[in-house]
Amino acid sequence: MHVFDTLSDRLQATFRRLRGKGRLSPDDVKEALREVRRALLEADVNHVVAREFIDRVQERAVGQEILQSLSAAQQVVKIVSEELTALMGGEQSRLARAAQPPTVVMLVGLQGAGKTTAIAKLARLLKTSEHRRPLLVAADVYRPAAVTQLQLLGEQIGTPVFALTGDALPHDIVDQALAHARRAGNDYVLVDTAGRLQVDSAMMEELRDLKALAAPQEILLVVDAMTGQDAISVAQEFHRVLGVTGVILSKMDSDTRGGAALTVRHATGCPIKYVGTSERPDGLEPFYPDRMASRILGMGDVLSLIEKAQATVDEGQARELEQKLLRNEFTFDDFLAQLQQVKNLGPLDQLLGMLPGMGRMKQMKESAADTGQLKKVEAIILSMSREERGRPELIEKSATRRMRIAKGSGTQVKDVNQLLRQFGEMRKVMKQFSGFGKGGRGAMKGMGGMGPFGGGMKGGPRDFAPRGGSRGKKRR
Amino acid sequence: MEGVWQVGLFDRFRQSLGKTRELFTERLASVLKRRKIDEGVFEELEEVLLSADVGFATCEDLLLRLRRESKRRGLESADELLPVLRGAIVELLGDSAAPVAESADGPTVILVVGVNGAGKTTLVGKLAHMYRAQGKRVLLAAGDTFRAAAVEQLVAWGERAGVDVVRQKTGSDAAAVIFDALQAAKSRGIDVLLCDTAGRLQNKQHLMDELNKVYRVINREIPGAPHEVLLVLDATTGQNGLQQAKVFREAARVTGVALTKLDSTAKGGVVIAVARELGIPVKLVGVGEKIDDVALFAPEDFASALLSADK
Repeated sequence: MHVFDTLSDRLQATFRRLRGKGRLSPDDVKEALREVRRALLEADVNHVVAREFIDRVQERAVGQEILQSLSAAQQVVKIVSEELTALMGGEQSRLARAAQPPTVVMLVGLQGAGKTTAIAKLARLLKTSEHRRPLLVAADVYRPAAVTQLQLLGEQIGTPVFALTGDALPHDIVDQALAHARRAGNDYVLVDTAGRLQVDSAMMEELRDLKALAAPQEILLVVDAMTGQDAISVAQEFHRVLGVTGVILSKMDSDTRGGAALTVRHATGCPIKYVGTSERPDGLEPFYPDRMASRILGMGDVLSLIEKAQATVDEGQARELEQKLLRNEFTFDDFLAQLQQVKNLGPLDQLLGMLPGMGRMKQMKESAADTGQLKKVEAIILSMSREERGRPELIEKSATRRMRIAKGSGTQVKDVNQLLRQFGEMRKVMKQFSGFGKGGRGAMKGMGGMGPFGGGMKGGPRDFAPRGGSRGKKRR
Repeated sequence: MEGVWQVGLFDRFRQSLGKTRELFTERLASVLKRRKIDEGVFEELEEVLLSADVGFATCEDLLLRLRRESKRRGLESADELLPVLRGAIVELLGDSAAPVAESADGPTVILVVGVNGAGKTTLVGKLAHMYRAQGKRVLLAAGDTFRAAAVEQLVAWGERAGVDVVRQKTGSDAAAVIFDALQAAKSRGIDVLLCDTAGRLQNKQHLMDELNKVYRVINREIPGAPHEVLLVLDATTGQNGLQQAKVFREAARVTGVALTKLDSTAKGGVVIAVARELGIPVKLVGVGEKIDDVALFAPEDFASALLSADK
């Protein structure tokens, strides 16, 4: 459904099993790590990278007094989490800037990775967020209509595109574009290059030549998040020939588990600077390694969700909701209000993926992501009496109430039952949220399904405050 | 379709696989040099399969078959394993290459679907050329009305192949374009109508609904059509390819896979998982950017190239 989803499912399942035991034998560790390896492989993490990762975790796990510890599961999770974060890269890094403008940025990658789309998004980002004056350069002279595509995108986002008609070669195009940018006072020059195979030596030579000519501050490798094992040779070879400075991970709004992120990072040592999250011109977001790592471990990308929610959700309502969460008074009325707000947030599937615990709630995700289903849910809630909405247990206890609600909403009793069940699950998740909100380890202990992850997370519970957490704001 | 598998094409494909193949063969050779079959041999074969994007479950399945077969035949030397493994891969892929469907009367309608950047438009261009070369009357439908310049891209391919393109403005309704193309195909006595569609991620429900609508329009206008629904899978795709096949099949009854970019260093092993779990055969492969870089899929050749035991 979304990146790393099943990986987090798997890790959670594994560690749930570990948790029951309290004390771990070396065999236990081994078994858990076998599951981790499998999960990594299924997520398309390169098998060599996966093996190294497992070895490292095992080394650390066995080296510690994990066998004596009562919170052994926490320790394993802590190590897995830390190593994963380390593998994803340190802090989020920004785009380089030349001391003397213009800053030149080149996008490179395989065919179909999403270079042209990404470069337009990058231009838009520079323009709107940083008030820069980028110039787009159409240096893909091979793919039919690639130049036209960039020109149309440039028009859409109101950014000039430099292109030459006729049989101009990329070298000449870039050369003239640089001169043009200096004259026109563009502070960024973004060069879109043709897709090519990393083993196509003639085409790679062309890139090397462009690099020598333009001396770019950034060479960004665009990698499709759905890439499999071969991501390693693609990344290694582009890096070897060009000295890549960063990565853009495209199509992250797909339901791939995105192990390529780990692979590419490992292969190049370069930071992942941006991720592509939609087909719209604004679908380019910074990459946060720590968030991604927590997402891998099933904590959900809570911070991203919070930032997104803060931008859209009414502040007052949010505060009220937080209070309710803290008191565990979340009702169907709140649920209804949430549904309506969620509609304003954007694609549901994306949002739900960011929530912790959703990985385990397949049914709920699937049904909730379906907008037809959403209408049904609304109808059911609207068919409840005010009292019932506030006290779901009334409905749970009474078959006649359920029948009445089904009738009133034009649904089946089983739909009502399903909603009740899902609502119960949701309440549980909400409770976990509120646990984070209170902060401190005491609250973490009470978190049913997430128990083992609580103690293990890097920054501790404060990182996952439901809203108003300081980190979210600092990042902007 | 005879003669499409031109001599030399497969060699080109193999050549292009050359680079990783070296590494691959080297690795395999080191596996096989061991005289006796032991756990180490299977572990290394596992790595070989995993690195080809075969996927964990399919890899386990293949190795299980290999172990069983090796025991049954009483194999002792590791280099006897390779032909067995190749056989197992071919078996999972389906023994014979299923031909691309053709309509007995009226236009054959081929719908081309897939995620963004898989190579749909390029494939449509190549197929147009291929059918033209067979003397067929071909028409293209520019069903990608979303991506900037997708229509222009298809028109460029149409010019290269010498076939007309039915199109509307970017932003118009894809189903409407396809509808127009179907009418044109019927009235002009077209043999093959190739329908390009916009790239879409399979987890975007509304886009899959849109595709389903396109499918239904085709099915309504020409009963029995589309005769072939090709899912274009990029060979560099990992395990997500399986999910793509699952969901696209639901929305548009995918009948075959076109495996593109097989000239890359990626081996496209996920199609084995797709065939194994969903029973969707691979029908075509794309092996380059030139107009004739398309070929019918041959399981034997694919498995050989994957394992490259022959030289």
